[in-house]
Amino acid sequence: MDMLHITGLHKRFGDKEVLKGLELSVPEHSIFGFIGKNGAGKTTTMKTVLGFMKADRGEIAVAGERVIYGQTATNRFIGYLPDVPEFYPFMTAPEYLSFCGEITGMHRDEIRARSKELLELVGLGGERHRIRGFSRGMKQRLGIAQALLHRPKLLICDEPTSALDPVGRKEILDIILAVREQATVLFSTHILTDCERICTDIAFLNDGVVQIQGRLGDIKSGCRTEEYLLETEKRADMSDVCLAFPGMRQTEGNQLCFSEKEHSVFEVLRYLADRQIPLLKVQRVEPTLESLFMEVVEK
Amino acid sequence: MRSLFAFMKKEWMEQCRSGRLMILGMLFILFGIMNPAVAKLTPWLFQVMADSLAESGITVTSVTVSAMDSWVQFFKNIPIGLIVFILLQSSIFTREYQTGTLVLVLTKGIERYKVAASKAAVLSILWTAGYWLCFGITFAYNAYFWDNSAAQNLAFSAVCWWMFGLWVTALSVLLSALAKSNTGVLAGTGGIVLASYLIGLFPKVKEYVPTLLTDGNSLIYGVSEARTYSAAMIVTVILCVVCFAACIPVFNKRQV
Repeated sequence: MDMLHITGLHKRFGDKEVLKGLELSVPEHSIFGFIGKNGAGKTTTMKTVLGFMKADRGEIAVAGERVIYGQTATNRFIGYLPDVPEFYPFMTAPEYLSFCGEITGMHRDEIRARSKELLELVGLGGERHRIRGFSRGMKQRLGIAQALLHRPKLLICDEPTSALDPVGRKEILDIILAVREQATVLFSTHILTDCERICTDIAFLNDGVVQIQGRLGDIKSGCRTEEYLLETEKRADMSDVCLAFPGMRQTEGNQLCFSEKEHSVFEVLRYLADRQIPLLKVQRVEPTLESLFMEVVEK
Repeated sequence: MRSLFAFMKKEWMEQCRSGRLMILGMLFILFGIMNPAVAKLTPWLFQVMADSLAESGITVTSVTVSAMDSWVQFFKNIPIGLIVFILLQSSIFTREYQTGTLVLVLTKGIERYKVAASKAAVLSILWTAGYWLCFGITFAYNAYFWDNSAAQNLAFSAVCWWMFGLWVTALSVLLSALAKSNTGVLAGTGGIVLASYLIGLFPKVKEYVPTLLTDGNSLIYGVSEARTYSAAMIVTVILCVVCFAACIPVFNKRQV
Protein backbone atom coordinates (compact mmCIF):
# COMPACT_ATOMS: atom_id res chain seq x y z
CA MET A 1 0.00 0.00 0.00
CA ASP A 2 1.15 3.54 -0.71
CA MET A 3 1.44 5.62 2.43
CA LEU A 4 1.29 8.80 0.36
CA HIS A 5 -0.22 9.14 -3.08
CA ILE A 6 -0.21 12.38 -5.06
CA THR A 7 -1.85 12.75 -8.47
CA GLY A 8 -1.76 15.70 -10.84
CA LEU A 9 -0.68 18.32 -8.30
CA HIS A 10 -0.53 21.86 -9.66
CA LYS A 11 0.50 24.98 -7.78
CA ARG A 12 1.19 28.44 -9.10
CA PHE A 13 2.62 31.46 -7.26
CA GLY A 14 1.76 34.48 -9.37
CA ASP A 15 3.43 33.96 -12.76
CA LYS A 16 5.54 31.06 -11.60
CA GLU A 17 4.08 27.57 -11.92
CA VAL A 18 6.00 25.61 -9.27
CA LEU A 19 4.20 22.26 -9.58
CA LYS A 20 3.01 21.18 -13.02
CA GLY A 21 1.09 17.95 -12.43
CA LEU A 22 3.27 16.24 -9.87
CA GLU A 23 2.70 12.48 -9.41
CA LEU A 24 4.23 10.70 -6.44
CA SER A 25 3.75 7.37 -4.66
CA VAL A 26 5.53 6.65 -1.40
CA PRO A 27 5.41 2.93 -0.53
CA GLU A 28 4.93 1.81 3.08
CA HIS A 29 8.07 1.31 5.20
CA SER A 30 10.36 3.00 2.73
CA ILE A 31 12.82 5.82 3.33
CA PHE A 32 11.85 7.95 0.39
CA GLY A 33 14.29 10.59 -0.82
CA PHE A 34 12.53 13.50 -2.47
CA ILE A 35 15.31 15.18 -4.41
CA GLY A 36 15.27 18.52 -6.12
CA LYS A 37 17.17 21.76 -6.52
CA ASN A 38 16.52 24.65 -4.14
CA GLY A 39 13.21 26.19 -5.18
CA ALA A 40 12.11 23.08 -7.10
CA GLY A 41 8.89 22.85 -5.07
CA LYS A 42 9.77 20.25 -2.42
CA THR A 43 8.56 22.34 0.51
CA THR A 44 5.46 23.44 -1.43
CA THR A 45 4.60 19.77 -2.03
CA MET A 46 5.10 18.92 1.64
CA LYS A 47 3.06 21.88 2.89
CA THR A 48 0.25 20.88 0.53
CA VAL A 49 0.39 17.30 1.88
CA LEU A 50 0.06 18.77 5.39
CA GLY A 51 -3.01 20.80 4.34
CA PHE A 52 -1.20 24.11 4.99
CA MET A 53 -1.18 25.23 1.38
CA LYS A 54 -3.99 25.09 -1.14
CA ALA A 55 -3.25 23.23 -4.36
CA ASP A 56 -4.62 24.71 -7.59
CA ARG A 57 -5.43 21.20 -8.83
CA GLY A 58 -4.68 17.63 -7.90
CA GLU A 59 -5.41 14.99 -5.28
CA ILE A 60 -3.42 13.93 -2.23
CA ALA A 61 -4.14 10.86 -0.10
CA VAL A 62 -2.35 9.99 3.13
CA ALA A 63 -2.86 6.37 4.28
CA GLY A 64 -5.77 6.22 1.85
CA GLU A 65 -7.51 9.32 3.26
CA ARG A 66 -7.93 12.48 1.17
CA VAL A 67 -6.14 15.65 2.33
CA ILE A 68 -8.36 18.74 2.57
CA TYR A 69 -6.82 22.22 2.70
CA GLY A 70 -7.31 24.01 6.01
CA GLN A 71 -8.35 20.83 7.80
CA THR A 72 -5.72 18.81 9.56
CA ALA A 73 -7.46 15.47 10.16
CA THR A 74 -5.04 13.49 7.94
CA ASN A 75 -2.17 14.95 9.95
CA ARG A 76 -2.90 12.40 12.67
CA PHE A 77 -1.06 9.93 10.39
CA ILE A 78 1.84 12.32 9.86
CA GLY A 79 4.86 13.37 11.87
CA TYR A 80 6.43 16.49 10.37
CA LEU A 81 9.91 17.87 10.77
CA PRO A 82 10.39 21.22 8.98
CA ASP A 83 13.84 22.35 7.83
CA VAL A 84 14.03 24.78 10.74
CA PRO A 85 11.61 23.54 13.41
CA GLU A 86 10.31 26.24 15.74
CA PHE A 87 9.22 25.47 19.28
CA TYR A 88 7.83 27.48 22.17
CA PRO A 89 11.06 28.84 23.67
CA PHE A 90 9.61 29.13 27.18
CA MET A 91 9.13 25.35 27.46
CA THR A 92 11.62 22.59 28.22
CA ALA A 93 11.93 19.60 25.87
CA PRO A 94 9.85 17.24 28.12
CA GLU A 95 7.22 19.98 28.56
CA TYR A 96 6.99 20.44 24.78
CA LEU A 97 6.57 16.72 24.17
CA SER A 98 3.99 16.55 26.95
CA PHE A 99 2.08 19.44 25.29
CA CYS A 100 2.26 17.68 21.89
CA GLY A 101 1.02 14.44 23.45
CA GLU A 102 -1.91 16.19 25.09
CA ILE A 103 -3.06 17.92 21.89
CA THR A 104 -2.93 14.60 20.03
CA GLY A 105 -5.08 13.00 22.76
CA MET A 106 -2.47 10.56 24.06
CA HIS A 107 -2.84 9.04 27.51
CA ARG A 108 -0.76 10.68 30.25
CA ASP A 109 1.25 7.52 31.08
CA GLU A 110 1.90 6.90 27.40
CA ILE A 111 3.10 10.49 26.93
CA ARG A 112 5.53 10.11 29.84
CA ALA A 113 6.91 6.78 28.63
CA ARG A 114 7.10 7.76 24.96
CA SER A 115 8.70 11.16 25.71
CA LYS A 116 11.39 9.47 27.82
CA GLU A 117 12.03 6.86 25.11
CA LEU A 118 12.23 9.44 22.30
CA LEU A 119 14.33 11.96 24.20
CA GLU A 120 16.80 9.15 24.89
CA LEU A 121 16.71 8.16 21.20
CA VAL A 122 17.55 11.67 20.04
CA GLY A 123 20.12 12.27 22.78
CA LEU A 124 18.18 14.85 24.79
CA GLY A 125 17.41 12.57 27.72
CA GLY A 126 19.20 14.63 30.34
CA GLU A 127 18.31 18.06 28.93
CA ARG A 128 16.39 20.18 31.42
CA HIS A 129 17.01 23.68 30.01
CA ARG A 130 14.37 25.69 28.21
CA ILE A 131 14.29 25.41 24.40
CA ARG A 132 15.31 29.09 24.18
CA GLY A 133 18.95 28.02 24.71
CA PHE A 134 18.97 25.06 22.28
CA SER A 135 21.40 24.87 19.35
CA ARG A 136 20.15 24.17 15.82
CA GLY A 137 21.15 20.52 16.06
CA MET A 138 19.34 20.11 19.38
CA LYS A 139 16.21 21.68 17.90
CA GLN A 140 16.41 19.32 14.93
CA ARG A 141 16.68 16.33 17.27
CA LEU A 142 13.77 17.56 19.37
CA GLY A 143 11.93 18.04 16.07
CA ILE A 144 12.32 14.35 15.27
CA ALA A 145 11.19 13.39 18.78
CA GLN A 146 8.00 15.48 18.51
CA ALA A 147 7.34 14.16 15.02
CA LEU A 148 7.48 10.54 16.22
CA LEU A 149 5.63 11.08 19.50
CA HIS A 150 2.18 9.95 18.36
CA ARG A 151 3.59 6.97 16.40
CA PRO A 152 2.80 8.43 12.96
CA LYS A 153 2.58 6.20 9.91
CA LEU A 154 4.39 8.76 7.79
CA LEU A 155 7.33 10.90 8.90
CA ILE A 156 7.90 13.89 6.62
CA CYS A 157 11.30 15.53 6.98
CA ASP A 158 11.92 18.71 5.00
CA GLU A 159 15.64 19.05 4.40
CA PRO A 160 16.46 17.88 7.91
CA THR A 161 20.22 18.02 7.46
CA SER A 162 20.73 21.06 5.26
CA ALA A 163 21.46 23.48 8.12
CA LEU A 164 23.67 21.16 10.16
CA ASP A 165 27.38 20.53 10.49
CA PRO A 166 28.76 17.07 9.48
CA VAL A 167 28.43 15.65 13.02
CA GLY A 168 24.85 16.92 13.36
CA ARG A 169 24.01 15.54 9.90
CA LYS A 170 25.32 12.10 10.76
CA GLU A 171 23.33 12.06 14.01
CA ILE A 172 20.09 13.00 12.25
CA LEU A 173 20.61 10.43 9.47
CA ASP A 174 21.30 7.72 12.05
CA ILE A 175 18.09 8.61 13.88
CA ILE A 176 16.08 8.52 10.63
CA LEU A 177 17.55 5.10 9.82
CA ALA A 178 16.61 3.92 13.30
CA VAL A 179 12.97 5.00 12.95
CA ARG A 180 12.41 3.11 9.68
CA GLU A 181 10.80 0.24 11.57
CA GLN A 182 8.27 2.61 13.13
CA ALA A 183 7.24 4.73 10.15
CA THR A 184 7.54 5.40 6.44
CA VAL A 185 9.90 8.33 5.93
CA LEU A 186 9.56 10.98 3.21
CA PHE A 187 12.77 12.93 3.24
CA SER A 188 13.33 15.97 1.01
CA THR A 189 16.87 17.01 0.31
CA HIS A 190 19.34 18.41 -2.15
CA ILE A 191 22.26 16.70 -0.39
CA LEU A 192 22.63 13.59 -2.54
CA THR A 193 25.15 11.78 -0.36
CA ASP A 194 22.59 11.78 2.48
CA CYS A 195 20.10 10.15 0.15
CA GLU A 196 22.55 7.52 -1.04
CA ARG A 197 23.30 6.68 2.56
CA ILE A 198 19.81 6.06 3.88
CA CYS A 199 17.13 6.04 1.16
CA THR A 200 15.46 2.92 -0.21
CA ASP A 201 13.44 4.83 -2.81
CA ILE A 202 13.95 8.14 -4.54
CA ALA A 203 12.16 10.64 -6.74
CA PHE A 204 13.76 13.49 -8.68
CA LEU A 205 11.66 16.64 -8.80
CA ASN A 206 12.57 18.93 -11.64
CA ASP A 207 10.66 21.59 -13.55
CA GLY A 208 7.53 20.98 -11.50
CA VAL A 209 7.20 17.26 -12.19
CA VAL A 210 8.73 14.05 -10.87
CA GLN A 211 11.19 12.99 -13.58
CA ILE A 212 12.34 9.65 -12.15
CA GLN A 213 10.87 7.63 -9.31
CA GLY A 214 11.49 4.16 -7.90
CA ARG A 215 13.77 1.93 -5.84
CA LEU A 216 17.23 3.49 -5.53
CA GLY A 217 18.98 0.29 -6.69
CA ASP A 218 16.67 -0.13 -9.70
CA ILE A 219 17.15 3.47 -10.78
CA LYS A 220 20.91 3.26 -10.50
CA SER A 221 21.15 0.00 -12.46
CA GLY A 222 18.57 1.19 -15.00
CA CYS A 223 20.56 4.29 -15.69
CA ARG A 224 23.93 2.52 -15.89
CA THR A 225 25.90 4.45 -18.46
CA GLU A 226 28.68 1.83 -18.88
CA GLU A 227 31.42 4.29 -18.24
CA TYR A 228 35.05 3.24 -17.69
CA LEU A 229 37.98 4.92 -15.99
CA LEU A 230 41.50 4.33 -17.18
CA GLU A 231 44.70 5.47 -15.46
CA THR A 232 48.07 5.25 -17.19
CA GLU A 233 51.43 5.34 -15.45
CA LYS A 234 52.95 7.91 -17.81
CA ARG A 235 51.38 11.15 -18.94
CA ALA A 236 52.74 10.77 -22.50
CA ASP A 237 50.91 7.43 -22.89
CA MET A 238 47.69 9.10 -21.87
CA SER A 239 48.01 11.64 -24.68
CA ASP A 240 48.62 8.81 -27.21
CA VAL A 241 45.50 6.97 -26.05
CA CYS A 242 43.49 10.19 -26.27
CA LEU A 243 44.61 10.67 -29.88
CA ALA A 244 43.78 7.06 -30.80
CA PHE A 245 40.32 7.19 -29.24
CA PRO A 246 38.68 10.58 -29.83
CA GLY A 247 36.00 11.49 -27.29
CA MET A 248 37.88 10.24 -24.24
CA ARG A 249 37.85 12.80 -21.45
CA GLN A 250 40.64 13.56 -19.03
CA THR A 251 39.24 13.70 -15.49
CA GLU A 252 42.25 14.25 -13.21
CA GLY A 253 45.98 13.45 -13.32
CA ASN A 254 46.57 10.60 -15.79
CA GLN A 255 42.96 9.45 -15.69
CA LEU A 256 40.76 9.09 -18.74
CA CYS A 257 37.05 8.44 -18.86
CA PHE A 258 35.14 6.90 -21.77
CA SER A 259 31.76 5.40 -22.52
CA GLU A 260 31.16 1.90 -23.88
CA LYS A 261 28.87 3.54 -26.44
CA GLU A 262 31.85 5.39 -27.96
CA HIS A 263 34.59 2.79 -27.72
CA SER A 264 34.53 -0.91 -26.89
CA VAL A 265 36.46 -1.59 -23.69
CA PHE A 266 38.11 -4.65 -25.32
CA GLU A 267 39.25 -2.55 -28.24
CA VAL A 268 40.87 -0.05 -25.84
CA LEU A 269 42.49 -2.83 -23.81
CA ARG A 270 43.81 -4.48 -27.01
CA TYR A 271 45.37 -1.15 -28.06
CA LEU A 272 47.05 -0.81 -24.64
CA ALA A 273 48.30 -4.43 -24.70
CA ASP A 274 49.68 -4.17 -28.23
CA ARG A 275 51.71 -1.11 -27.27
CA GLN A 276 52.54 -2.46 -23.80
CA ILE A 277 51.36 0.72 -22.09
CA PRO A 278 51.68 0.30 -18.32
CA LEU A 279 48.40 0.81 -16.48
CA LEU A 280 47.63 1.82 -12.91
CA LYS A 281 43.88 1.30 -13.00
CA VAL A 282 40.96 0.17 -15.18
CA GLN A 283 37.61 0.61 -13.47
CA ARG A 284 33.95 0.38 -14.42
CA VAL A 285 32.30 3.53 -13.03
CA GLU A 286 29.11 3.04 -11.01
CA PRO A 287 26.59 5.80 -11.66
CA THR A 288 26.17 8.10 -8.65
CA LEU A 289 23.02 9.90 -7.64
CA GLU A 290 24.83 13.09 -8.48
CA SER A 291 25.47 12.01 -12.08
CA LEU A 292 21.84 10.86 -12.37
CA PHE A 293 20.59 14.10 -10.89
CA MET A 294 22.74 16.18 -13.22
CA GLU A 295 21.46 14.14 -16.14
CA VAL A 296 17.85 14.79 -15.12
CA VAL A 297 18.40 18.48 -14.45
CA GLU A 298 20.31 19.07 -17.69
CA LYS A 299 17.84 17.21 -19.92
CA MET B 1 -11.89 18.92 24.55
CA ARG B 2 -8.58 17.70 25.96
CA SER B 3 -6.57 19.29 23.17
CA LEU B 4 -8.43 22.57 23.73
CA PHE B 5 -7.46 22.57 27.41
CA ALA B 6 -3.90 21.52 26.55
CA PHE B 7 -3.60 24.52 24.24
CA MET B 8 -5.12 26.81 26.86
CA LYS B 9 -2.61 25.47 29.38
CA LYS B 10 0.19 26.34 26.96
CA GLU B 11 -1.23 29.86 26.53
CA TRP B 12 -1.40 30.27 30.29
CA MET B 13 2.18 29.03 30.67
CA GLU B 14 3.29 31.54 28.03
CA GLN B 15 1.48 34.40 29.79
CA CYS B 16 3.17 33.46 33.08
CA ARG B 17 6.68 32.79 31.79
CA SER B 18 6.83 35.75 29.41
CA GLY B 19 5.96 38.09 32.30
CA ARG B 20 2.85 39.43 30.56
CA LEU B 21 0.58 38.10 33.31
CA MET B 22 2.69 39.79 35.98
CA ILE B 23 2.68 43.13 34.12
CA LEU B 24 -1.09 43.01 33.64
CA GLY B 25 -1.66 41.93 37.25
CA MET B 26 0.49 44.77 38.57
CA LEU B 27 -1.17 47.29 36.25
CA PHE B 28 -4.73 46.41 37.24
CA ILE B 29 -3.85 46.23 40.96
CA LEU B 30 -2.04 49.57 40.71
CA PHE B 31 -5.02 51.22 39.00
CA GLY B 32 -7.35 49.63 41.55
CA ILE B 33 -5.35 51.25 44.38
CA MET B 34 -4.67 54.51 42.57
CA ASN B 35 -8.34 55.37 41.98
CA PRO B 36 -9.22 55.81 45.69
CA ALA B 37 -5.67 56.95 46.52
CA VAL B 38 -5.85 59.89 44.13
CA ALA B 39 -9.29 60.83 45.49
CA LYS B 40 -8.05 60.49 49.06
CA LEU B 41 -4.95 62.59 48.39
CA THR B 42 -6.78 65.37 46.53
CA PRO B 43 -7.52 67.52 49.67
CA TRP B 44 -3.95 67.14 50.86
CA LEU B 45 -2.64 68.08 47.39
CA PHE B 46 -4.81 71.20 47.37
CA GLN B 47 -3.52 72.12 50.84
CA VAL B 48 0.10 71.71 49.75
CA MET B 49 -0.56 73.83 46.70
CA ALA B 50 -2.69 76.40 48.56
CA ASP B 51 0.12 78.98 48.84
CA SER B 52 1.09 78.92 45.19
CA LEU B 53 -2.59 78.92 44.18
CA ALA B 54 -3.18 81.94 46.48
CA GLU B 55 -0.46 83.83 44.64
CA SER B 56 -2.41 83.22 41.45
CA GLY B 57 -5.51 84.58 43.10
CA ILE B 58 -7.20 81.27 43.79
CA THR B 59 -8.32 80.66 47.33
CA VAL B 60 -8.58 77.09 48.45
CA THR B 61 -11.30 76.44 50.96
CA SER B 62 -12.13 73.00 52.31
CA VAL B 63 -12.15 70.28 49.66
CA THR B 64 -14.39 67.29 50.30
CA VAL B 65 -14.07 64.09 48.35
CA SER B 66 -16.31 61.06 48.13
CA ALA B 67 -16.52 57.64 46.47
CA MET B 68 -17.72 59.48 43.35
CA ASP B 69 -14.26 61.03 42.82
CA SER B 70 -12.70 57.60 43.09
CA TRP B 71 -15.17 56.13 40.53
CA VAL B 72 -14.56 59.04 38.16
CA GLN B 73 -10.87 58.19 38.46
CA PHE B 74 -11.70 54.52 37.76
CA PHE B 75 -13.43 55.37 34.46
CA LYS B 76 -10.47 57.61 33.57
CA ASN B 77 -7.86 54.97 34.24
CA ILE B 78 -9.53 51.86 32.83
CA PRO B 79 -9.09 52.96 29.15
CA ILE B 80 -5.32 53.04 29.80
CA GLY B 81 -5.61 49.54 31.27
CA LEU B 82 -7.43 48.34 28.14
CA ILE B 83 -4.88 49.96 25.80
CA VAL B 84 -1.96 48.33 27.66
CA PHE B 85 -3.83 45.00 27.64
CA ILE B 86 -4.35 45.14 23.86
CA LEU B 87 -0.75 46.32 23.27
CA LEU B 88 0.62 43.41 25.29
CA GLN B 89 -1.65 40.80 23.72
CA SER B 90 -1.73 42.04 20.12
CA SER B 91 0.92 39.53 19.05
CA ILE B 92 -0.69 36.46 20.62
CA PHE B 93 -1.49 35.05 17.12
CA THR B 94 0.94 36.97 14.91
CA ARG B 95 4.01 35.94 16.91
CA GLU B 96 3.10 32.33 16.11
CA TYR B 97 2.70 33.09 12.38
CA GLN B 98 6.02 34.92 12.28
CA THR B 99 8.06 32.35 14.21
CA GLY B 100 6.30 29.33 12.68
CA THR B 101 5.53 27.68 16.02
CA LEU B 102 1.98 26.86 14.92
CA VAL B 103 3.24 24.65 12.08
CA LEU B 104 4.27 21.79 14.35
CA VAL B 105 1.15 22.15 16.50
CA LEU B 106 -1.19 21.92 13.49
CA THR B 107 0.66 18.89 12.11
CA LYS B 108 -0.48 17.10 15.28
CA GLY B 109 -4.00 17.11 13.90
CA ILE B 110 -5.48 19.63 16.38
CA GLU B 111 -8.48 21.35 14.79
CA ARG B 112 -7.70 24.96 13.98
CA TYR B 113 -10.81 26.27 15.69
CA LYS B 114 -9.44 24.95 18.98
CA VAL B 115 -6.29 27.02 18.57
CA ALA B 116 -8.32 30.16 17.87
CA ALA B 117 -10.87 29.36 20.60
CA SER B 118 -8.24 28.79 23.29
CA LYS B 119 -6.47 32.05 22.49
CA ALA B 120 -9.80 33.93 22.48
CA ALA B 121 -10.79 32.28 25.78
CA VAL B 122 -7.49 33.10 27.49
CA LEU B 123 -7.70 36.75 26.36
CA SER B 124 -11.31 37.05 27.53
CA ILE B 125 -10.47 35.48 30.89
CA LEU B 126 -7.46 37.78 31.36
CA TRP B 127 -9.44 40.91 30.50
CA THR B 128 -12.33 39.84 32.75
CA ALA B 129 -10.06 38.93 35.67
CA GLY B 130 -7.92 42.08 35.34
CA TYR B 131 -10.91 44.39 34.98
CA TRP B 132 -12.89 42.99 37.91
CA LEU B 133 -9.76 42.84 40.06
CA CYS B 134 -9.27 46.55 39.47
CA PHE B 135 -12.97 47.21 40.11
CA GLY B 136 -12.96 45.04 43.25
CA ILE B 137 -9.95 46.83 44.78
CA THR B 138 -11.44 50.25 44.06
CA PHE B 139 -14.84 49.11 45.41
CA ALA B 140 -13.29 47.77 48.63
CA TYR B 141 -11.26 50.93 49.32
CA ASN B 142 -14.23 53.14 48.49
CA ALA B 143 -16.41 51.15 50.89
CA TYR B 144 -13.76 51.53 53.58
CA PHE B 145 -13.16 55.28 53.14
CA TRP B 146 -16.56 56.49 51.93
CA ASP B 147 -19.84 55.04 50.78
CA ASN B 148 -20.29 53.32 47.42
CA SER B 149 -24.04 53.93 47.47
CA ALA B 150 -23.37 57.54 46.37
CA ALA B 151 -22.70 56.18 42.85
CA GLN B 152 -25.87 55.37 40.92
CA ASN B 153 -26.07 52.41 38.49
CA LEU B 154 -22.57 51.39 39.64
CA ALA B 155 -22.83 47.68 38.80
CA PHE B 156 -24.41 48.39 35.40
CA SER B 157 -21.84 51.03 34.48
CA ALA B 158 -19.06 48.60 35.43
CA VAL B 159 -20.64 45.83 33.31
CA CYS B 160 -20.94 48.29 30.39
CA TRP B 161 -17.23 49.10 30.46
CA TRP B 162 -16.27 45.43 30.86
CA MET B 163 -18.46 44.58 27.86
CA PHE B 164 -16.81 47.32 25.80
CA GLY B 165 -13.38 45.89 26.73
CA LEU B 166 -14.55 42.40 25.77
CA TRP B 167 -15.68 43.73 22.36
CA VAL B 168 -12.28 45.34 21.78
CA THR B 169 -10.67 42.01 22.78
CA ALA B 170 -12.92 40.16 20.32
CA LEU B 171 -11.98 42.66 17.62
CA SER B 172 -8.28 42.10 18.26
CA VAL B 173 -8.83 38.31 18.05
CA LEU B 174 -10.60 38.61 14.69
CA LEU B 175 -7.95 40.97 13.33
CA SER B 176 -5.23 38.64 14.61
CA ALA B 177 -6.68 35.88 12.42
CA LEU B 178 -6.49 38.27 9.45
CA ALA B 179 -3.33 40.35 9.95
CA LYS B 180 0.26 39.27 9.45
CA SER B 181 1.80 41.43 12.16
CA ASN B 182 0.71 42.94 15.45
CA THR B 183 0.96 46.40 13.86
CA GLY B 184 -1.95 45.37 11.64
CA VAL B 185 -3.89 44.12 14.67
CA LEU B 186 -3.30 47.34 16.60
CA ALA B 187 -4.05 49.60 13.64
CA GLY B 188 -7.22 47.66 12.80
CA THR B 189 -8.51 47.56 16.38
CA GLY B 190 -7.71 51.24 16.96
CA GLY B 191 -9.27 52.20 13.64
CA ILE B 192 -12.53 50.37 14.31
CA VAL B 193 -12.84 51.79 17.85
CA LEU B 194 -12.18 55.28 16.46
CA ALA B 195 -14.79 54.69 13.74
CA SER B 196 -17.29 53.63 16.43
CA TYR B 197 -16.53 56.83 18.35
CA LEU B 198 -16.96 59.00 15.23
CA ILE B 199 -20.23 57.27 14.30
CA GLY B 200 -21.37 57.93 17.89
CA LEU B 201 -21.11 61.67 17.23
CA PHE B 202 -24.26 61.44 15.08
CA PRO B 203 -27.22 61.77 17.45
CA LYS B 204 -29.43 59.37 15.43
CA VAL B 205 -27.12 56.39 15.86
CA LYS B 206 -25.38 57.42 19.08
CA GLU B 207 -27.26 54.98 21.26
CA TYR B 208 -26.33 51.96 19.13
CA VAL B 209 -22.54 52.23 19.06
CA PRO B 210 -20.31 50.27 21.49
CA THR B 211 -18.28 53.35 22.48
CA LEU B 212 -21.40 54.67 24.28
CA LEU B 213 -20.72 52.00 26.94
CA THR B 214 -17.55 53.83 27.99
CA ASP B 215 -19.56 56.77 29.34
CA GLY B 216 -19.67 55.34 32.88
CA ASN B 217 -19.57 58.77 34.54
CA SER B 218 -22.97 59.79 33.17
CA LEU B 219 -24.44 56.61 34.65
CA ILE B 220 -22.95 56.94 38.12
CA TYR B 221 -23.95 60.61 38.36
CA GLY B 222 -27.44 59.70 37.20
CA VAL B 223 -27.21 62.03 34.17
CA SER B 224 -28.22 59.09 31.95
CA GLU B 225 -30.53 56.22 32.69
CA ALA B 226 -29.47 52.60 32.36
CA ARG B 227 -32.07 51.91 29.65
CA THR B 228 -30.39 54.49 27.37
CA TYR B 229 -27.50 52.06 27.14
CA SER B 230 -29.45 48.87 26.49
CA ALA B 231 -29.39 49.17 22.68
CA ALA B 232 -25.61 49.75 22.66
CA MET B 233 -25.23 46.81 25.06
CA ILE B 234 -27.20 44.47 22.79
CA VAL B 235 -25.28 45.65 19.71
CA THR B 236 -21.95 45.13 21.53
CA VAL B 237 -22.90 41.61 22.68
CA ILE B 238 -23.89 40.72 19.09
CA LEU B 239 -20.65 42.22 17.71
CA CYS B 240 -18.63 40.23 20.26
CA VAL B 241 -20.27 36.97 19.20
CA VAL B 242 -19.85 37.87 15.50
CA CYS B 243 -16.14 38.71 15.96
CA PHE B 244 -15.36 35.51 17.89
CA ALA B 245 -17.41 33.38 15.46
CA ALA B 246 -15.96 34.99 12.32
CA CYS B 247 -12.44 34.42 13.63
CA ILE B 248 -12.83 30.63 13.20
CA PRO B 249 -13.50 30.41 9.42
CA VAL B 250 -10.93 33.16 8.81
CA PHE B 251 -8.31 31.30 10.83
CA ASN B 252 -9.25 27.99 9.13
CA LYS B 253 -8.35 29.43 5.74
CA ARG B 254 -5.19 31.13 6.89
CA GLN B 255 -1.92 29.93 5.37
CA VAL B 256 0.62 29.07 8.09
